[in-house]
Amino acid sequence: MGFVTGLQCRECGRKYSIEPIYVCEFCFGPLEVVYDYEGIKKAVSRELIEARDENLWRYKELMPIDGEPQVGLSSGFTPLIKAENLARLFGVKELYIKDDTVAHPTLSFKDRVVAVALTKAKEFGFDTVACASTGNLAHSVSAHGAKAGLKRFIFIPATLEASKIVASLVFEPNLVAVDGNYDDVNRLCSEIANKYNWAFVNINIRPFYAEGSKTIGFEIAEQLGWRAPDNVVVPCASGSLLTKIWKAFKEFKEVGILDEANPKIFAAQAQGCNPIVTAIKNDTDVIRPMKPDTVAKSLAIGNPADGFYACKAVKDSGGYGEEVTDEEIIEGIKLLAGTEGIFAETAGGVTVAVARKLIEQGRIDRDGVTVICVTGNGMKTQEALQGKVAGPHHIKPNLASFEEVLKKL
Amino acid sequence: MAVKVRIPTPLQRLTNGQEVVEGKPGKIIDMIQDLDSRYPGLAERVSEGGKIRRFVNIYLNEEDIRFLNAEETEAKDGDEVSIVPAIAGGRGNS
Repeated sequence: MGFVTGLQCRECGRKYSIEPIYVCEFCFGPLEVVYDYEGIKKAVSRELIEARDENLWRYKELMPIDGEPQVGLSSGFTPLIKAENLARLFGVKELYIKDDTVAHPTLSFKDRVVAVALTKAKEFGFDTVACASTGNLAHSVSAHGAKAGLKRFIFIPATLEASKIVASLVFEPNLVAVDGNYDDVNRLCSEIANKYNWAFVNINIRPFYAEGSKTIGFEIAEQLGWRAPDNVVVPCASGSLLTKIWKAFKEFKEVGILDEANPKIFAAQAQGCNPIVTAIKNDTDVIRPMKPDTVAKSLAIGNPADGFYACKAVKDSGGYGEEVTDEEIIEGIKLLAGTEGIFAETAGGVTVAVARKLIEQGRIDRDGVTVICVTGNGMKTQEALQGKVAGPHHIKPNLASFEEVLKKL
Repeated sequence: MAVKVRIPTPLQRLTNGQEVVEGKPGKIIDMIQDLDSRYPGLAERVSEGGKIRRFVNIYLNEEDIRFLNAEETEAKDGDEVSIVPAIAGGRGNS
């Protein structure tokens, strides 16, 4: 198998062969995987996909690998929850949560992209994988890499809280704490990537890694009974996830899996880090970098690499973008937990709160089918809720004391 | 005194290996055209149709020119201009 024909610059169109490279050497634009869609069209069908195991590799023809899947064989195919309680509250007819809070193995959508990145890294013959991350990506590379038998280097800012690094350290990667902020770590990683022959999942493997996000879109379409929704609300950090979800629906149509695919794509950001939403609202494709200040740390990218393409996808699809305050984000987390029993990380609070706003504004049609993407588990960012949830009822170990409390409820 | 222009590694082949070259004071976009007359091919790599390419960042004295007057930003004698390829991605998040 393998339907990848090469890499191509998204900006100037120059073509490259399949290699661990990520930037056009002519115009510095990002490289993207090119597929033989005619070949894929002949190879796939709904029946073929349905007969496969329930993981993200059921769409392997549309993934950027040449051989068989090697990593993340239980990743993906998370539930699409019909959110009837939340729908009633928002006053919409049909609302779904794409629930990546239960992604395997580390409870965020990063398990998808890392499954693809590490499979590709193995194909390229790398024995060491690496990333710069403060959270979800670090967890996923640490875990997937352990199972895949790869050496791992995870770079973090030295100031990161101890509680956040345990979830990486348990998998025993080489965890490198760098004296400096997140931007310093990134700059250093680019230099290391140039010097050492390692697979940095989000640097030299990025064109392949990013493709893993498409599986969210593929799954949504399949789980809705082979149709695209009318609206999809997606959280934005670099903007890559949003562009890939949009691409997934377009590809499904291209290869004949879907007859129609015209979902409106909506970008969700925190007010404290909203460069993509700002560009959408100002109707410009110039992304102005900013200094992030938000409780939604996994979305705090002030200079988003794929911001331009995210804006374009939103515009081309007829969608829009909206932003919410830290208070609204916390409210969004509590709302989703209280109505649907799903504990999302702060990014999920952003998406839920933004969806509500867009519905109230009439940007999201109340009669359509709407999907909210929740991309990570709230257990990882519990500190965001410190002091924002009610405390327990303290009682003496006797019935009378308990019934005192009952009377007050 | 002229404008000090910092050239990124991938473009130093065009500047005979020089990391820093001298630019003509004035609008950034005009300065790039002028550099192209001495270092042919440079303008094409950095700009297209009078606009700076999307994945090229230009800084005037450490400030991103998108925060100033973009291509029309004026550089004076003694200023420092840096041409930096935007690293496509690599931020470690969604």
